[in-house]
Amino acid sequence: MPADFISNLYVFILAGFVGFEVIKRVSPLLHTPLMSLTNALDAIVVVAAIIIAGRHETRLTTVLGAIAVAASFSNMVGGFLITDRMLRMFKSGRPKQ
Amino acid sequence: MMTAQVLQQYLDFAYIVAVVLFILSLKFLSSPKSARWGVLAGEVGAALAVGATLLNPEVAQYKWILITLIVGAGVGVPLGLVQMTAVPQRTALSHAFGALSAALIGIAEFYVGTAPVTRFQMGEIGLEVIIGSLTFTGSVIAAGKLQEWLPQRPIVYRGQNIVSLSVLAGALGLAVALVVNPAHTLLFPIMVLVALIFGVLLVTPIGGADMPTVISLLNSYAGFSAALLGFVLNSKVLVVAGALDGSSGFILSVIMCKAMNRSFTNVMFGAFGQVQASGTAAKEERVVRSATPEEAASILEAANNVIIVPGYGMAVAQAQHKVRELYDALTKRGINVRFAVHPVAGRMPGHMNVLLAEADIPYDRLVEMDEINGDFPQTDVALVIGANDVTNPAARTDKTSPIYGMPILDVDKAHTVMVIKRSMNPGFAGIDNPLYYLDNTLMLFGDAKVFVGQIVKELGGGH
Repeated sequence: MPADFISNLYVFILAGFVGFEVIKRVSPLLHTPLMSLTNALDAIVVVAAIIIAGRHETRLTTVLGAIAVAASFSNMVGGFLITDRMLRMFKSGRPKQ
Repeated sequence: MMTAQVLQQYLDFAYIVAVVLFILSLKFLSSPKSARWGVLAGEVGAALAVGATLLNPEVAQYKWILITLIVGAGVGVPLGLVQMTAVPQRTALSHAFGALSAALIGIAEFYVGTAPVTRFQMGEIGLEVIIGSLTFTGSVIAAGKLQEWLPQRPIVYRGQNIVSLSVLAGALGLAVALVVNPAHTLLFPIMVLVALIFGVLLVTPIGGADMPTVISLLNSYAGFSAALLGFVLNSKVLVVAGALDGSSGFILSVIMCKAMNRSFTNVMFGAFGQVQASGTAAKEERVVRSATPEEAASILEAANNVIIVPGYGMAVAQAQHKVRELYDALTKRGINVRFAVHPVAGRMPGHMNVLLAEADIPYDRLVEMDEINGDFPQTDVALVIGANDVTNPAARTDKTSPIYGMPILDVDKAHTVMVIKRSMNPGFAGIDNPLYYLDNTLMLFGDAKVFVGQIVKELGGGH
């Protein structure tokens, strides 16, 4: 087994636990924004797409990379945008007003 | 002039900061007060990672990157501005995009051919591309169902599960064949195609009422495919982001399954909501009492405590703003109005909360099932708007019911139950609801938006 695999596995398992601990504290009230926010964060695959498209190795890989850049970047932009729109709507009844 | 190695270290450091910001971003989401900081933290982290990547010396050509970034933003902005009622299908579509890009990058990695692919790498790529591909088509089908381009009822046929599982086995078999001999490159596109087909077969038989679970599962798959891609590319930032997204989707799926008292396998392969071999006992004529908007208004006016139970029907009828007017009219009279939100009400986790928040209903009035269920016996009126199965008392009492054991909102314990419903047709799960025949139940027949509007008019009649 390659050494990289082992170190990635460590990171994966630890990140999985962190994710579990952090996300179980999110109130069910915000489960929809949670899903759109994690979607936007997941769109970080755009960095891999940029490298593939930018290395410009073969026409095929450049095209695949370019489509992946567009698909993931649209998730990133759209995901943050809609999450913020949703969260702006959640208002408490008690304070000022 | 910085050497490439030093630059690489700076870039890696930027990724670490981005990862920390991602975790903080989710942490801020634990309270509605700090939640918007979470978006900011995520945005800064993402911008940092993307900026660092653009500086990577491996990037030799910028033209297509810039064009596709602009295209991506051009698609993303309108998708970020959709109506709140369209959020479930938008979410399914974004799972599709995420999985698509993960699959495409895996495919590109297979064809890069800089170094001969080892068996181990082939295994990683194969698994990653299979999950990415099936999540892509599965999410497209889910989005189509939610947008009602495809029928929301489950589409089933005899021997379906055997066919679907054989297709999955076929995709995995091709991946194994590639691991055994990575030189058989022709098998790779076939494997991708078979995985794409499996995604379609996986989601087509699933009914609309099960969408909250399915959308969460697809969320989880999209995350894990990104994490696997991180393994393929040895990119820790992808491993972490994918693990966070994957575990989030997984937790939500578990919550949704628990809220329906069903297992994953049952959701994925149970084809819930087919026309039930209905009614074990021959149904005797049962009496249903109905009421007019005027009667409903006067009952509400006389109440001290009202709990409103919203469901998918409220979303379909776009009734949330009328419901807000009703909330205002009742609160003005000093009536205590709260909303009881079942975890699987609607088409995705948290769906009802977003719609009600959009209608400006304060979030402290939105109460979860476990917190509010004890209050129904002291409640004067429970008003059910477009919810059905989540209020079905058969889940508590009738062992033969398909939803027996599902936790429900105990609306039947309220002094008076009023149910706004179009007709006596059963809900999505196709199950008869004994709630409608109880002595303390009044049926309010009509469109949710129109009916609530009429009640509001009656209540406002005084001035």
